[in-house]
Amino acid sequence: MIRLEQVSHQYANGTLALQNLNLEFGGQHFTALIGPSGAGKSTLMRVLNGLVRPSNGKVWLENTEITKASDAVVRLERRKIGMVFQQFNLIRRLTALENVLIGRLGFMGTLRSSFKAYSRADRELAMRMLERVGMADQAWQRADTLSGGQQQRVGIARALAQQPKLILADEPISALDPKSSEQVMELLLEIQQQDSIAVLVNLHHLDAVRDYAKRVVGLRAGQVVFDGRADQLDDDAARALYYGENDTAETASDALNLERPVVSMPISVPGSSAVITNQFTINSYTHDPAGLSNSRSKKEWK
Amino acid sequence: MKPFEIHRITRAQQLDAYCELLGQKFFGHTVLGNAALLGVSGLMLPGAFQKEKFRIIFKESMTSIQTVNIEAPAKVKRQRLLSTFMWLGIAALMVWAFFGTEISLAKLLQGVGESWKLLFGTSDKPNSGFIPPNFSRFPEYLEQILLTVKMAMWGTALAIVPAIGLSILGAKNTSPHPVVYFITRRVLDLLRAVPEFVLALVFVVAVGLGPFPGILALAVYTTGILAKLFSEGIETVDAGQIEAVRAAGGNAFQAFTHGVFPQVLPHVASMTLYRFESNVRAAQVLGLVGAGGIGFFLNEALRGFDFPAAGAIISLIIVSVFFVDFLSSKIRERLT
Repeated sequence: MIRLEQVSHQYANGTLALQNLNLEFGGQHFTALIGPSGAGKSTLMRVLNGLVRPSNGKVWLENTEITKASDAVVRLERRKIGMVFQQFNLIRRLTALENVLIGRLGFMGTLRSSFKAYSRADRELAMRMLERVGMADQAWQRADTLSGGQQQRVGIARALAQQPKLILADEPISALDPKSSEQVMELLLEIQQQDSIAVLVNLHHLDAVRDYAKRVVGLRAGQVVFDGRADQLDDDAARALYYGENDTAETASDALNLERPVVSMPISVPGSSAVITNQFTINSYTHDPAGLSNSRSKKEWK
Repeated sequence: MKPFEIHRITRAQQLDAYCELLGQKFFGHTVLGNAALLGVSGLMLPGAFQKEKFRIIFKESMTSIQTVNIEAPAKVKRQRLLSTFMWLGIAALMVWAFFGTEISLAKLLQGVGESWKLLFGTSDKPNSGFIPPNFSRFPEYLEQILLTVKMAMWGTALAIVPAIGLSILGAKNTSPHPVVYFITRRVLDLLRAVPEFVLALVFVVAVGLGPFPGILALAVYTTGILAKLFSEGIETVDAGQIEAVRAAGGNAFQAFTHGVFPQVLPHVASMTLYRFESNVRAAQVLGLVGAGGIGFFLNEALRGFDFPAAGAIISLIIVSVFFVDFLSSKIRERLT
C-alpha cells in the first residue's frame, strides 16, 4: 500500500532525520515502529502521510508518487491514511462527535465545511465510529471534558471516519495509564483485523510491541537496524537498538542520561555554621536489559 | 551508603559570599569598592537571591569529602550581570525622563486650591463649578449617551471581520510568508499609530459631522488593535490540533476554520468585548471633534463655561462606563 524508495530527510536546522530508507508497509499487517527518541520515527510517520516532504527519495502511496505531487493531490491521497496522535490532538472546545466529523473534512467542500453542514450520511458514519470505540454515550460532550483514554478513543474514531486503508499511530499510549493503554492497543488490533487494513504504531513499550505487533521495524539514527517478526526481537536485539552494538553498563547509563554528582572543592562561605546532616544513598543503576522500564534509578532519600 | 551534610545558607551569607567574590575580583578591599558593591548588591537582591540555596556536602568516608558544585555557571552569572545593567539602565532612563517634564511637588501643592475652585465653585459664585451638577437637560444627555454606546457597538462590530482577516496574515504560525507577516504587522502599527480623533477629522471631511464619521474612525483604529490581539491569540494555539485537521485531509482553509478558530474563539470574543468597553470611552472623546455623541455636548458645555452642565454630563459618562464595564466583564468571565 505504501512504499519508500531511498528516502532521506534533512531538517532545515541540519538534523539528518532519515537516511536512505527502503521500506514497504502494506497488506494487512500490524507493524510496530520502535527505536530511541530522536531516531526519526515521528518524521517517518509524517513522511508517510505527506505532512513532511522528504529531501530525497520517493514515496509511493498505492500508485501515486507523493513527494513531487501537488499539495492538492497529496491532500486527497492523505485521506486514505488515518492518524492517531500521542497528545490526541482533539479540538478541545468541540464535542466528541464534531471531532470525529473532522475525519470527513477532506471529503467535503470548503464552503459546506465552514458552515459545519455535514451530510446526514457523514453524521451517521461518525456516530457509528463513536459506537465502535465505545464512546457513543459521550458523543455530545466537549472533548476537553473527557479523560485521556477516552480522548484517544475519540481520536481513533476520527481516523476511522476517514475509512482509511492505513492507520498511523504516533506513540498512541505514551500519555495513557496502563488500563487505557491496553484498551487502545486492543482497539487498534481489532480494527486492523476486522477491517483488514494496515496499522503502523510507533511505540516505546516493548511489552506492547511483543503482545500486539506482527512485524517490527527498528530505527536508529534515521536508519533501519531491525526489520523482522516480533518474535525475533529478543533482548539482545532490543538492547542493540537502544544502546548500540557495543553495549556496556557505561554507555547504557550514558544513554539513560543518569546524573552523577559533580565533584568539586567546597567554596568557603563566611559564617556558614548551620549544618544539617542526613542520610543519602545512590542505588546501583538498575539496568533493564530490554530497555522496557521507564523508571530510571533515582537518588533515594531515606 | 554515603552520609552527607547540607549547609543551609541564609541570604545574608549568600550576599556576603557574593560581595567577597566580586570584591576580590573587581574592586579589591577598598572602602569605595565595598560601598559600590553594597549598592550593586542591593539592586541584585530581588532577582539573584530569590531562592534559598543549599550546599550539600557528601562524605565518602570520614577522610575524603565530596561536594556538589553549587557555583552558578558562567552563563547564569552573565545573565545576572546583564539583569543588573538592565535595572541600572531603567533607573537612568527614569532620571533622563525627569528633566524637561517640570515635575514639581511644590507647584502642585501651591496650585491645588485653584482646581478646588473649578470643581466646587467659589463662595461668591455658588453653583459655578462641576459640583453640584445641573441635571436639567437629563433626557437629552441620556439620548446622547445611548448614541455614544451605539457608536461604540458599530465601531467595534465593523472592525471584527477585517481584524480576523489581518490577524491570520499577521500571526507567525498562520502567515503565508514572512514578508506578508512583516508588512501586515507594519500596517497594523500604522492603523494604531494614528490617533482616533485625527481619523475622525479625516472622516468628518468625507461624510460631514455626526456619529457616522466617529464610527468609521473607531472601526479603523479598532481593526488595528483587534488584529494585533487576535494574531497574538492565534500564535498561542496548539499546533497539534491543526496538524490533526491537516492529517485528516483538510485543506488550509479548513485547518483554520476547524483547527485554529475553535481554539481562539474565547480569546476573540473576550478581546472584542474589551475593545467595546474602550470604544465607549473613546467615542466620548470623538464628540470633541464634531463626531457626534455625548462628547459633542461636553465640548459645548466646557466652551460655554457651563461647568454644572459639564459636571452632569461627566457623571453620566462615569455611570455609563461603570455599567458597560461591569456587563462586559461579567460576560467575559463566562467565556471558556
